[in-house]
Amino acid sequence: MLRTLRKAPLSAKIGMIVIACYVLIAVFAGVIAPFGETEVVAYEFEPWGGDYLLGTDNLGRDTFSRLIYAARNTLGIAALATLLAFCVGGTLGLIAATIGGWTDQLLSRLVDVLMAIPALIFALLLLTILGPNLVNMIIVIALIDSTRVFRLTRAVAMNVVVMDFVEAAQVRGEGLGWIIRREILPNITAPLVAELGLRFCFVFLTISALSFLGLGIQPPAADWGSMVRESASLITFGDITPLLPAAAIGILTVSINMVVDWMLHMSSGLQD
Amino acid sequence: MHPLVKMIGQRLGLGLLTLLLISLIIFFAVELLPGDIAQAILGQAATPETVAAWRADLGLDRPATVRYVEWLGNAVRGDFGTSLANGLVISDLIGERLKNTLFLASYAAAIAVPLAVILGLLAALFRNTIFDRTVNIATLSSISFPEFFVAYILILFLSVKTGLFPSISNIRPDMSLSELLYRTALPALTLTLVVTAHMMRMTRAAIINLLASPYIEMARLKGMSPMRVIVLHALPNALAPIINVIALNLAYLITGVVLIEVVFIYPGLGQLMVDSVAKRDVTVVQACCLIFAAFYIVINLLADVLSIASNPRLLHPK
Repeated sequence: MLRTLRKAPLSAKIGMIVIACYVLIAVFAGVIAPFGETEVVAYEFEPWGGDYLLGTDNLGRDTFSRLIYAARNTLGIAALATLLAFCVGGTLGLIAATIGGWTDQLLSRLVDVLMAIPALIFALLLLTILGPNLVNMIIVIALIDSTRVFRLTRAVAMNVVVMDFVEAAQVRGEGLGWIIRREILPNITAPLVAELGLRFCFVFLTISALSFLGLGIQPPAADWGSMVRESASLITFGDITPLLPAAAIGILTVSINMVVDWMLHMSSGLQD
Repeated sequence: MHPLVKMIGQRLGLGLLTLLLISLIIFFAVELLPGDIAQAILGQAATPETVAAWRADLGLDRPATVRYVEWLGNAVRGDFGTSLANGLVISDLIGERLKNTLFLASYAAAIAVPLAVILGLLAALFRNTIFDRTVNIATLSSISFPEFFVAYILILFLSVKTGLFPSISNIRPDMSLSELLYRTALPALTLTLVVTAHMMRMTRAAIINLLASPYIEMARLKGMSPMRVIVLHALPNALAPIINVIALNLAYLITGVVLIEVVFIYPGLGQLMVDSVAKRDVTVVQACCLIFAAFYIVINLLADVLSIASNPRLLHPK
């Protein structure tokens, strides 16, 4: 494990270090941040420097502290939605691939139709119907992304299902759960882990986009998307504060992509 | 029958079927609510009489299947009913905005597609040089950042610092074309940056894939210049994947346009949709969703047909 890590290319190492920093900041947000998440500490739009490292926002809250708390909120919610998408999409994909026949046809065609609606547009429709709030957003994003996870899981599991050792297990009389967990899953972990990274990026960007539109994480909770929205007017005065949360989003997606690139390279058997 | 006509017919049928299924989802997603939309929007505090009156007003007391057929029949003729929030006729709300959105998307596409293909060709021609790497890094970073980040960077540098373009794209129908192009330059440029990267990388990859083929080597041995080899010999065979990725990105433009319209306060369909989501104006959102989905399907359909038509091998499957 350590040896593979050491052999990783520079870009993947940088990516992993950045991701680790993000996770640390998210976990220890309460310790690192000088002020509270929703604490009003000064007048609105204080300039950078002094007591307030990055100034204050439209309500007089410390921007630096909110940036740190936003790491926790945004990353936590994105992780939750991604896991949910994987549980639903992954399980159904594995079942469809293993059972085949009508179950597979039914699920696959359903997913085809759901995927024919652009993701963001579909998310907006479902949020209108359910009402835009945090819980609904997580459910909606998990549902939409689970269709993509289903596609991939089913496709990679299909390649394993036709193998002799799976047939041997079936002949031996093993149940569906056993075959999926012990025969198929260990053979498709590499592409699934890479997909997990990519899916997290997409979910993370969707959440940021929805929050930016005012339909995702609701105030007063800090989150990068809505922070851009709240401070957007500053940009017309040449103040780059709105770019900070946006950059925080971008740097994380780039880092994850760099690590995923390396993992895909490894799992494709090209490591030598 | 000519195989091309048959193929187009098949794809068209499939596209229509998909659109029908999507309209079913869009309509019946509302029915999944516990209670109904009247109860959900008016909230718990509403008296039963208010809810009942609203329900009767919207015709919700009739069976869903009847309302669906009616809704779809009217939608096909361009009548989407009235808005729940303000009672305005939806087709009036949408008409001008749809035109604006299409204008912005085609403006961006008109810049992005030629730019991406030319950059891709050049990157394939000068592969593994400084030029190739620079283009690669620049395009990669532009896809990894959220659309609004790209938009604000452009506003900062092209509007606030230098004053080249307006940061808000308020347009009116009576403006001249050059005025329109000037005012929507920043949103179009943002969209261009967002979609060019993927198209350019795929163009480069599709062409480089072919460069090891014997016929390319033959052309090279004949003494053709590298540019001619790529443009005349490699490009025609790489068309199918390139067309596909262009279509994919044009389809992506449709969703990207939503965020960009909000950033630049551009009076388009995406902005209307976002505003309506916050107001839970279901009928307007349904209409926008159906229109966006229809464009999405048409673009994918076009890509399918063009990429098969550009490849004789796909045209005559064994």
